[in-house]
Amino acid sequence: MSWFRRKKKEVVTPDEKANQESSLQAKLEDKVEKPPEDKKQGVFARLKSGLKRTRSNLVGGLEAVFKGKKVIDDDLLEEIETRLLTADVGVEVTQQIIDDLTQQLQRKELASPEALLAALKDKLYKTLEPLESKLNYEDNKPYVLLVVGVNGSGKTTTIGKLAYQLKNSGKKVMLAAGDTFRAAAIDQLQRWGERNDIPVVAQKPGSDSAAVIYDAIQSAKSKGFDVLLADTAGRLHTQSHLMAELEKVVKVIKKVDPSAPHEVMLVLDSGIGQNALTQATQFQESVNVTGFTLTKLDGTAKGGIVFALANKLKLPIRFIGLGEKPDDLREFDAKAFVEALFSE
Amino acid sequence: MFDNLKSRLNKTIRNLRGQGRLSEENIKATLKEVRVALLDADVALPVVTKFLGQVKDKALGTEVLESLKPGDMMIKIVKDELTKLLGHKHSELNLKARPPVVILVAGLQGAGKTTSVGKLARWLKESKKKSVLVTSTDIYRPAAIDQLETLAEQIGVSFYPSRTDQDPKLIADNAIDQARKSLTDVVIIDTAGRLHVDDDMMKEIKDLHKATNPVETLFVIDSMLGQDAANSAAAFAEALPLTGTILTKVDGDARGGAALSAVHMTEKPIKFMGTGEKTEALESFHPERIASRILGMGDLESLFEKAEKQIDKDKAKKLTSKLKSGQGFNYEDFRDQMAQMRKMGGMKDILGKLPNMPNLPSAATNQFGDNMLKQTDAIIGSMTPVERRNPQLLQNSTSRLKRIAGGAGVTPKDVKNLIRQFSQMQKMMKKFKGGKMKNMMGMLGSKLGGGMTKLPGMPSMAGGMPSQKNKKKKKKKRK
Repeated sequence: MSWFRRKKKEVVTPDEKANQESSLQAKLEDKVEKPPEDKKQGVFARLKSGLKRTRSNLVGGLEAVFKGKKVIDDDLLEEIETRLLTADVGVEVTQQIIDDLTQQLQRKELASPEALLAALKDKLYKTLEPLESKLNYEDNKPYVLLVVGVNGSGKTTTIGKLAYQLKNSGKKVMLAAGDTFRAAAIDQLQRWGERNDIPVVAQKPGSDSAAVIYDAIQSAKSKGFDVLLADTAGRLHTQSHLMAELEKVVKVIKKVDPSAPHEVMLVLDSGIGQNALTQATQFQESVNVTGFTLTKLDGTAKGGIVFALANKLKLPIRFIGLGEKPDDLREFDAKAFVEALFSE
Repeated sequence: MFDNLKSRLNKTIRNLRGQGRLSEENIKATLKEVRVALLDADVALPVVTKFLGQVKDKALGTEVLESLKPGDMMIKIVKDELTKLLGHKHSELNLKARPPVVILVAGLQGAGKTTSVGKLARWLKESKKKSVLVTSTDIYRPAAIDQLETLAEQIGVSFYPSRTDQDPKLIADNAIDQARKSLTDVVIIDTAGRLHVDDDMMKEIKDLHKATNPVETLFVIDSMLGQDAANSAAAFAEALPLTGTILTKVDGDARGGAALSAVHMTEKPIKFMGTGEKTEALESFHPERIASRILGMGDLESLFEKAEKQIDKDKAKKLTSKLKSGQGFNYEDFRDQMAQMRKMGGMKDILGKLPNMPNLPSAATNQFGDNMLKQTDAIIGSMTPVERRNPQLLQNSTSRLKRIAGGAGVTPKDVKNLIRQFSQMQKMMKKFKGGKMKNMMGMLGSKLGGGMTKLPGMPSMAGGMPSQKNKKKKKKKRK
């Protein structure tokens, strides 16, 4: 179907440019929308409300694009492309999705805009569905969960929230203040511990992170704790000495329990761009990441990078962070995630 | 940071170089490549669109079509536009106000505000000789206040203590008051991270801004952010009269499109970049340099600056005269060279700033990172002084090899590799004695100018390479 390809090759015309700009203007004006009042809602509702603001910023949701369309034209595909790109899905994956859809169109499999939307949703859902996989804390005791990630991705906050939830579900939880580098990171974890009456194993700032976690596992073991959540300092994957330090942490953990860590969770800020792929790959190579958590999804960032991550690393997404409150950490639900991206 | 974007643009532009003249058709193809590269680099789509429009307008002008070297012309246009987009020139912090000068720092959660406040305080104290007071109005995140207090203590600047039950405005007011009384030059106010869609929090920071009337209102943004960088930057710029941006985590390898998005949306310059874990890792932002880097022209300027500062000229001169006199190049010279390189920030840093290098995969550059230098250093350190001065002793001695490997904590194979690389270098040195290489070495001692051949430390590069495999990779890429 050459019309589409041709269209894609074309550089943006001044008109389109103007459109882009005016939509940005609209975005600026739209921004002052009231955040939806959320009490205790379901994951879907919460996600939806979080993502609602996103969509209004981007001139309505994807569904709005399809609304009122009688036929599938190149504008529609172009619009899908734009949506995917601005959601950080990335050029490669976006291109792949568009190519797939184009092929389906060529084979006349998609007769209406509705069918196209359904095909798109299905494609996105099928990509994410295999990533739904819950942690099984029963497998080991103590279940050692090591949290890693770059600076500022939300590791300590995620641990705080998760600790609160695990404790509420009746588990005996312990925390290990493995971020001995950042100023007051230990205090930050200790506050979470105090707040929820959860013991925190910590040493002085600047002490050996591996040693802190080693002590914590031994303590958790002897005192019969169910879960140990171990924090680590934020580190950029390009800092080879810091990555080596992390490798050492894992090595030391294995000395206490060869099966541990039972989960190495990489925490990613949902606002992150394409660098997430490099990051994830490097952390994976160093410490064998076994799952992701996607934080800060309550903003306008969409975390579209998960689609690329899904293709490349095929690792489960454990949780998503939807706000500042302890309840705002939810188990990842692919259906809800995709639905929320599309619904009004 | 911009490595990948650089390599993308380089590829495209190299394609252009092969052609005699630019046609409208190949500009289009180029722009399409540029679009992909920019999107891959996380530049926000609206910004990309605008940028491409500007480049296209320029490129289709007569100057390009009539120009004899269309490729060069095209590079110039893209670079100029990129530089223009990034901000015309590097913009200084405004400190010309009645003290205490107030600086307000704002941004999303996890952008690096508190760390940047610490770095900025240190920079003001050390580079500008200012007395600084910092305070935190982050009453939300656990231990945020403690974090700033610890940093202030480390850096040695005043800290105005606050509590989580206090009103941010009150904290700021009191801090400024105290600075006035103690005749402090600058007050930096740290704020809580906030989402730009959180109305209450955005109102809070607007009020805080009104109450403190800062001379500088700096937006802190993570260089790894994706498309959303444009949204948040636009929202913060709308809420606050920003005066500039601090780009953080630049020591990562994110392509850094967020920088372009932020500048475009805030219409304010990037004033600083955070380039490391330590409090001294704050650098001024130079749009020209970054634009050059994006286009693969390398960041030679800063490399030379660094070289000028770091190279031990006496040692370089000594080596030059030694080579001239016909004496052989030995492991001691080799080690000196390595030390020089390490001073300049290590192999990876140097490679990143060289032109025509951006195509190296990051895995490869990582490998000849500082670890490699360290390992080489350890191996040479485990040789006896006699061996270092007489490299031939190591040629056929398994026992020496074993001993050295044991001493350096590496395998004999690693030592063998090093010896092989060293011999190659030695041969090279001999071959070029009195020729090109001598000139090159001469440059080490003399004033450093522009141009790649004059690059200091180049002869030692071969030594830093970990294995033949990498070398091959590099050769192939550079063809």
